[in-house]
Amino acid sequence: MSDLRELYQETILGHYKKPRNFGKLPPPSRHREGYNPLCGDKVTVYMHVKDDVVTDIRFEGSGCAISTASASMMTEALKGKTVAEAEEIFKRFHELVTGKEAGDNDNLGKLAVFAGVREFPARVKCATLAWHTFHAALEGGEQPVSTE
Amino acid sequence: MPPRPAEIGSSAGFDVQRIRADFPILQQKIHGKPLVYLDNAASTQKPRSVIDTLVRYYEEDNANIHRGVHLLSERATETYEATRRRVQRFINARESREVIFVRGTTEAINLVAATFGRQNVGAGDDVLITHMEHHSNIVPWQMLCEENGAKLRVAPITDAGELRLDEFEKLLGPRTRFVSVTHVSNTLGTVNPVKHIVDMAHRRKIPILLDGAQAIPHIRVDVQGLDCDFYAFSGHKLYGPTGIGVLYGKAELLERMPPYQGGGDMISSVTFEKTTYNVPPYKFEAGTPNIAGTVGLDTAIQYIENLGMDAIAAHEQDLLAYATERLSAIDGVTLIGTAKERSGAISFILDGVHPHDIGTVLDQEGIAIRTGHHCTQPLMDRFGVPATARAALALYNTREDIDALIAGILKVQEMFR
Ligand SMILES: Cc1ncc(COP(=O)(O)O)c(C=O)c1O
Repeated sequence: MSDLRELYQETILGHYKKPRNFGKLPPPSRHREGYNPLCGDKVTVYMHVKDDVVTDIRFEGSGCAISTASASMMTEALKGKTVAEAEEIFKRFHELVTGKEAGDNDNLGKLAVFAGVREFPARVKCATLAWHTFHAALEGGEQPVSTE
Repeated sequence: MPPRPAEIGSSAGFDVQRIRADFPILQQKIHGKPLVYLDNAASTQKPRSVIDTLVRYYEEDNANIHRGVHLLSERATETYEATRRRVQRFINARESREVIFVRGTTEAINLVAATFGRQNVGAGDDVLITHMEHHSNIVPWQMLCEENGAKLRVAPITDAGELRLDEFEKLLGPRTRFVSVTHVSNTLGTVNPVKHIVDMAHRRKIPILLDGAQAIPHIRVDVQGLDCDFYAFSGHKLYGPTGIGVLYGKAELLERMPPYQGGGDMISSVTFEKTTYNVPPYKFEAGTPNIAGTVGLDTAIQYIENLGMDAIAAHEQDLLAYATERLSAIDGVTLIGTAKERSGAISFILDGVHPHDIGTVLDQEGIAIRTGHHCTQPLMDRFGVPATARAALALYNTREDIDALIAGILKVQEMFR
């Protein structure tokens, strides 16, 4: 049970039940669709990027607690960041949930609640789906992103 | 004689505790809890006798078949062909040459699509399936239709998850060249009225394949009684090894069909100018087959026959009724698939909790269920859900397993409240 509580932290459950920044952004936005064929989770990430800054970011989709909370908290973490900062946060978040991070995740702020995911390898893709989708939206292109 | 305690709560004479002792894997703990294995529609566990036969085969009998004059090769050939005869009796095929060994249900269906399908389905023709098919009974037909300019038609189902027989019949048209329908749905547990479906197709002289992957472990199957043209199933869902399965086909159809793959064993003579093909079943079994797999399958069928298919079915029906009743009683649980005739699997969703999260929490309780789309994405769309949680029963499951599942679900609700 203790591992489960680590995974399903209150913050995560809170964001699952009440996702922040949920919905579309009006054009001209960049958006991209992400899909986890293993569990059917779908997420679409919308954002406005101006002068290399993520000025607004939203998401839509249906998924499990981990993927929904991760998308919701991602939008909070990335809004107002420069593209380079956002990519750096993604990199450290990825290291955090895969257990590769070097111990210091202070600067991840609230996102540190996802540390419990590393004990559940089957759930890493849930935690990173929105992030991969964000990354792909930055790069542009049309193809939906798949975790497989 | 009064029933012994182990027999209470199951059908008389079916000693499930003794049966459980036959399955080594069930004895372990998962995350410190006794394993409750309810993912049987994905794959079943293997009894000790099946595991032992595999070891004995490799220790004592291993050789290639149909090619050596030496004793080991003869022995291997004899066991391989003995399995074919056992399968023949098990599904009541008329002849043993109607039993073709393949990798599993998926390969069986692909074989039919690639041979019979290519031969008989052309531009402007129809292939008819249903909305509740597993991807392996959708995609091979889609590929065939794409290749030959045919159209894939899909018969609708009701909200309860039953096939709309009236609509199905309407879709059987003058251009329908093939019908492929699942016997039992792996997601909904629906048992289709396959005899009736076969008759409807045959009245119009349309051949039909039944996907028996989820029927064969739970229901006595009689291919002559059903009169289906093809029947497909997998060994690993029938307490046998992975990588072995069966395609049954009527001899007169098999004879007219082109071969599947080319290679050794499927020929009777080869020159660079011309090859003459072997007769069924060998025409469809190119290359060295999964000999050990057939040996294991043989033992698995023996195991089932010793228990008796009817006793197994009675035990599982009792469990299914119990599981349905307990699950329906939980506030917030919705069953997906409430057909009158069901077998094996029970799918559900939980208000406010994604199936994936249910799966993770239950796993921590030692309970293995399947969550996701179960390789039936069109069915998920039909019910408007991204995924379901599925508990699927086997002969070794008990009422205690169901009780553990229910307790686990209450824990999930507690956690997500
Ligand atoms: C109804 C049905 N058809 C086909 C298959 C495919 O079986 P296999 O993967 O053993 O080839 C399955 C397995 O999940 C199934 O449940």
